[in-house]
Amino acid sequence: MNGTEFSWSTFFAMGGYATFVWTSYGLTAVVMALNVILSLRQRKQIIRRVKRAVRREKLQTQ
Amino acid sequence: MFRAIWAWIQRFSSPKYFFDMSGKLVPWFAIAAALIGVYGLYLGLFVAPTDYQQGESYRIIYIHVPAAWMSLFIYVVMAVSAAIGLIWQIRLADMVASASAPIGASFTFIALVTGSLWGKPMWGTYWVWDARLTSELILLFLYFGYMALQSAIEDQRTADKASGLLAIVGVVNIPIIHYSVEWWNTLHQGATVARIGKPSIDINMLVPLLLMALAFKLFYVAVVLVRARNEVLFRDRSRRWVREIIEKL
Repeated sequence: MNGTEFSWSTFFAMGGYATFVWTSYGLTAVVMALNVILSLRQRKQIIRRVKRAVRREKLQTQ
Repeated sequence: MFRAIWAWIQRFSSPKYFFDMSGKLVPWFAIAAALIGVYGLYLGLFVAPTDYQQGESYRIIYIHVPAAWMSLFIYVVMAVSAAIGLIWQIRLADMVASASAPIGASFTFIALVTGSLWGKPMWGTYWVWDARLTSELILLFLYFGYMALQSAIEDQRTADKASGLLAIVGVVNIPIIHYSVEWWNTLHQGATVARIGKPSIDINMLVPLLLMALAFKLFYVAVVLVRARNEVLFRDRSRRWVREIIEKL
């Protein structure tokens, strides 16, 4: 990409390796996003579960 | 003296102290990871020169190599934490080990798949059973084994002991992965950065590579803190301080 004027279509073409390069980058983005989403979802689930357990215990002691 | 150090370790490794501190750190690590990652991608995809042998396909390096480094780094963190948990009974260490496993498995998966996608145009095949690829695949199975033991054993302490032992034994695989390209005649290329003397890589390629490695590391820290905090909440769910915190969430 040096020496010539920048163009988005040559950029996305990746010198003919577009499939391999962009699949790699896309898949990495998906896996990393999943790490974030699943970790935050796990947090919500634990909070919900503990809250439910606390409520149940309170009902039993009443 | 030793008693003072021990008391200090106990204080800082208490789940409550960790939970309070780490909560403040997570956003900073996340922001730093995002900023450095974006800058690293910009340099790697737009600024770094084309490889004279591999053309543009080499740009997979900016995720493949950092992911592979992370797969090893996280495994070592996991095994050392598991060992600390086993030897000194520090519960927080077991939580960090357990929180690290799925992230380490993710990076191992990324390293394997991007390597495969890089191998196809360069070697003409998605997969070969060469030493580097095989030992990295074993690493993925070690992570899976650790996670399976964690979830299969009901009693938390037994689960930590069994999975921790597996993690520690599996450390043998780490030097094998690292030196595989020297010990065996592999299709996988040798080290370009981690070698004695000068790295055999152009500075304009090296800088984005190191930035991406840093971004991945910061990303790991942010996610492992979130997951370790989840472990604290779950494992200490019957303690009063956890219940007080959860009531407010």
